[in-house]
Amino acid sequence: MLTKRIIACLDVRGGRVVKGVQFVDIVDAGDPAELAHRHAAEGADEVVLLDITATHEGRGTLLETVRRAAAKLFVPFTVGGGVRTAEDAAAVFDAGADKVSINSAAIARPQLIGEIGSSFGAQAVIVAIDARRGAKDVEDAEVYVSGGRKPTGLRVVEWARQAESRGAGEILLTSMDTDGMRDGFDCELTAAVSQAVQIPVIASGGAGSAVHFAEVFGRGRADAALAASIFHFGVTSSRELKAQLALAGVSVRLPC
Amino acid sequence: MIAVIDYKAGNLTSVVKALHYLLSGERAARDVVVTQSPDLVRNADKVVLPGVGHFQATQLLTELGLTEAVRQSIAKGAWFLGICVGLQWLFEGSTEAPWTPGLGAFAGMCEHFPAQEIKQIDGKKIAVELKSPHVGWNSLEQIRPDSRLLRGVADGSFVYFTHSWRAPVVSATAAVTDYGGAFTSAVERENVMGVQFHPEKSADVGLRVFRNFVEL
Repeated sequence: MLTKRIIACLDVRGGRVVKGVQFVDIVDAGDPAELAHRHAAEGADEVVLLDITATHEGRGTLLETVRRAAAKLFVPFTVGGGVRTAEDAAAVFDAGADKVSINSAAIARPQLIGEIGSSFGAQAVIVAIDARRGAKDVEDAEVYVSGGRKPTGLRVVEWARQAESRGAGEILLTSMDTDGMRDGFDCELTAAVSQAVQIPVIASGGAGSAVHFAEVFGRGRADAALAASIFHFGVTSSRELKAQLALAGVSVRLPC
Repeated sequence: MIAVIDYKAGNLTSVVKALHYLLSGERAARDVVVTQSPDLVRNADKVVLPGVGHFQATQLLTELGLTEAVRQSIAKGAWFLGICVGLQWLFEGSTEAPWTPGLGAFAGMCEHFPAQEIKQIDGKKIAVELKSPHVGWNSLEQIRPDSRLLRGVADGSFVYFTHSWRAPVVSATAAVTDYGGAFTSAVERENVMGVQFHPEKSADVGLRVFRNFVEL
């Protein structure tokens, strides 16, 4: 049976993994390569590395980090942040990533999705969507760019459909409303996107406990879920989380 | 020498990386050769055909004279491992690119996953939507006990998949996986082997499969 995936996410700035709560109080959580390996060893089904500074000057550092992390990482490895062109993507793949995650650049130029896909396959392209809806209905949820600072006027479900038709392999859906709150995923929004597309949907934003994951896999119809803050300081490991999910009847990769 | 065929498949880097990890640095540098040369393929003890993406990409193998080279290499007894599209290529072809023939080592065509699957819910048969591509960790079932490639891999072990077309179950099938019905997730007949999953991305189980192949 196809299992639900638990994806460990590393936010990287200047070559170090950092973790903040709603973008403030950023704490140094360690070396990206070391943490990537630890997550894989602790049972994560995939590892995502997001370069949250993504400056031009930082690209060399990032590629070196990707190379170091990828050398001994034998689970799927996604890199995001600052991928603006097919050449940027090629450099990241060359350094050892299996997939790239693109966000603002795909909004600015949706052809980019197909350009990367035609060289590296659709499975290698994840379109990341930052969504905000406040108290509004899911249909009115809006896509934001630039780290969640700029509204685009695009509706989330519509953009997800368009990304799929342009050749995206997966959708990474982050709810800006729930992100960092550790109060649960936006299951309604995740379910709406998951039902609108055929490709897998990765839920992100709001993980705080195993129950939240069980909810987003059930009611939220997510195929995978991403978690950053709950892992980094050993609050729980993927393996522990999966053991709890298995008890709740969720099909996961165990033993791992 | 292990020849890893370069036909611009997306997972070439990861496959080579896994082989380098398994062999010691010096031996890897000497033994693992990434190539497009039919002569090197003919002379190799082992041949690996990676692959992820469109079946159409395998057309390049014929254009470069590699299809013939692989045929000769298999005939003289070299070990062959096809991965993902590399497994599909061992069959007669795929409906993904019907005009591009496969090697035809195994009978049958690869087909797209069905759009729906029939599930038994509360005693009733209900058609539910089946997402495609099939992405993620799924289990290997009915592993053939005599499989050399899957030696030491337990029934039910999880491996990583990402594909929309799948190979039929044939007499040479070494393991099946269920997703909208059973498909061939590993195939093996004498020296010809293939896996639909990505051993380079399947953690310890995947490395075990590679190790089995390398040690043949």
